[in-house]
Amino acid sequence: MKGVAYVFGDDISTDAIIPTDYTHGSTIDYKYVFDPVRPGFADEIEKGDIVVAGKNFGCGSSRESAPIAMQLSGVSGVVAESFSRIFYRNAIAIGLPVITAKRITEFVSEGNEIEINLDTGIILNNTTGVEIEGESMPREIQSIFEAGGLINHYKLNKDEKEVEK
Amino acid sequence: MNGHTTAEKILANSADLEEVWPGDHIICKVDMAMAHDMGTPSIIDYFKEMEVDNVWDTSKIVCVMDHIAPSHHVADADSKVSIRKFIQETGIQNFYDVGSGISHNILPEYGHIRPGELVVGTDSHTTSHGTFGAAGTGLGYTEMAYVLATGETWLRVPETIKFEFEGEFNKWVGAKDLILHIAGEYGTDFGQYKSIEYTGGPIDSMELDDRFMFPNMSVELGAKFGFTPTDSKVTDYINKRTDIPYKSRDADADASYDEIYQVDVGSISPKISTPHKVGNVVDVGDVENIKLDQVFIGSCTNGKFQDLKIAAEILNGKQIAKGMRLIVTPASRAIYSRALKGGIIDVLTDSGAVVTNSTCGACVGRGMGIIGEGEVCLAAMNRNFRGRMGSYKSDIYLSSVATAAASSITGMITDPRRKL
Repeated sequence: MKGVAYVFGDDISTDAIIPTDYTHGSTIDYKYVFDPVRPGFADEIEKGDIVVAGKNFGCGSSRESAPIAMQLSGVSGVVAESFSRIFYRNAIAIGLPVITAKRITEFVSEGNEIEINLDTGIILNNTTGVEIEGESMPREIQSIFEAGGLINHYKLNKDEKEVEK
Repeated sequence: MNGHTTAEKILANSADLEEVWPGDHIICKVDMAMAHDMGTPSIIDYFKEMEVDNVWDTSKIVCVMDHIAPSHHVADADSKVSIRKFIQETGIQNFYDVGSGISHNILPEYGHIRPGELVVGTDSHTTSHGTFGAAGTGLGYTEMAYVLATGETWLRVPETIKFEFEGEFNKWVGAKDLILHIAGEYGTDFGQYKSIEYTGGPIDSMELDDRFMFPNMSVELGAKFGFTPTDSKVTDYINKRTDIPYKSRDADADASYDEIYQVDVGSISPKISTPHKVGNVVDVGDVENIKLDQVFIGSCTNGKFQDLKIAAEILNGKQIAKGMRLIVTPASRAIYSRALKGGIIDVLTDSGAVVTNSTCGACVGRGMGIIGEGEVCLAAMNRNFRGRMGSYKSDIYLSSVATAAASSITGMITDPRRKL
């Protein structure tokens, strides 16, 4: 996975990722993604770009609208120094790659092109040539991610179970 | 041999294993699942996508219309129409419609929570159920659809942090000031992926309403679970509300902890979280001159009976400051009703407060007291993130109910000890 980095600070909450006012029922107006902290983000980014952030990314509510809004706007993955646990799970459940890399914001600046190896967790900053070691997703939950998210994972396993019968 | 923490004991039981250790990834059987009106519309979509018709157990699912209640947008009213239809079609037995209250407060009230059980909910403050010895944690909507279909979820067994409190609180200082002190001192991510146990004399002598603060706010410290001890106050409360047998699974005396912290609660003064992070904590004295447009007392965190009682004690016979609003939102209909019968609602209304129906409302920025550009709100609730209560260009300060009520009289942030 390769893309241009958009760098955010610490403690970006789900309220900052997508204000609740832009979600009704299961519809999400993703054009407002990051509007409180970075208005115009949805217009700026191109499909495949990567969000890089500091500590405690996605803190706050359990709203799945946060990773979904990011995914809909074209974000292909998130590298953060640490994640809030619900955001982390939600991202995996919807198939949005999440990599933890301590001190990533020291090694990646806004606009750098970065390349992530999801299997090893290694992040290469193509602009500076620096290689950063991140943690890949835990082995036990990689199968959910590989299926493309929890819904697909469920459907795959359900089919397998039916075949066994 | 080492013993186990509360989280380890509950999760081992849920996974049907002899024992589990921090770092283990396990598949757990869920004892109770909660979905609210903001999450359920997506869950319905996912059910269609998964081609699932039946939920795993109609008795173990609770659906609560608390976030946007009553609806004030057609889209939200439409969502509730489909939720009610979904409840009928699936036969989910426990449905609490608009006005019943906030899920975290009504699940225990109506006997859906038991010590030693695993509870998941589509809301981060599901950690609250640790007040009753249950391991509660938040999940998103895709994951909840999976739980409703299968009754299972994966969890990583968390490390546990223990707090040992001692001493006595000063007058007008309490649970909220202590948890904000912890957020300020240790940070809002120090509990990330972990479980937190709160123990000691000050916890033992607290009313359950006040103890609730610690498991509830544990998510603001990043934690997966928060627990206070399952003593007779808890079992008396639970036994009045459920006939289903349970086994409490509090930590063994020789359990291993990641960290143990001691705090003398007598050293704590009234605390304030300043915008826009829960961890930006100062003493009330440091921000006393800040002028307020609104004071809010409510949410799962601060809309409990004891909270309303303190507010009424402070506001009795007084008027709120001119040019300012005071919004009070009881956390459940049962709390509202008890406050009504006790004359508390009268006192609050006479002081100039707007008392709303029970809902998450202003605390999630979905009505009943959202704030506009340039406004400043002092809120006895759980979060002060930018835009949480409405305009991104507004400021939210967090405090205890005592500080909020005292400040509503002066119209500026006020130390309750100074005022009273």
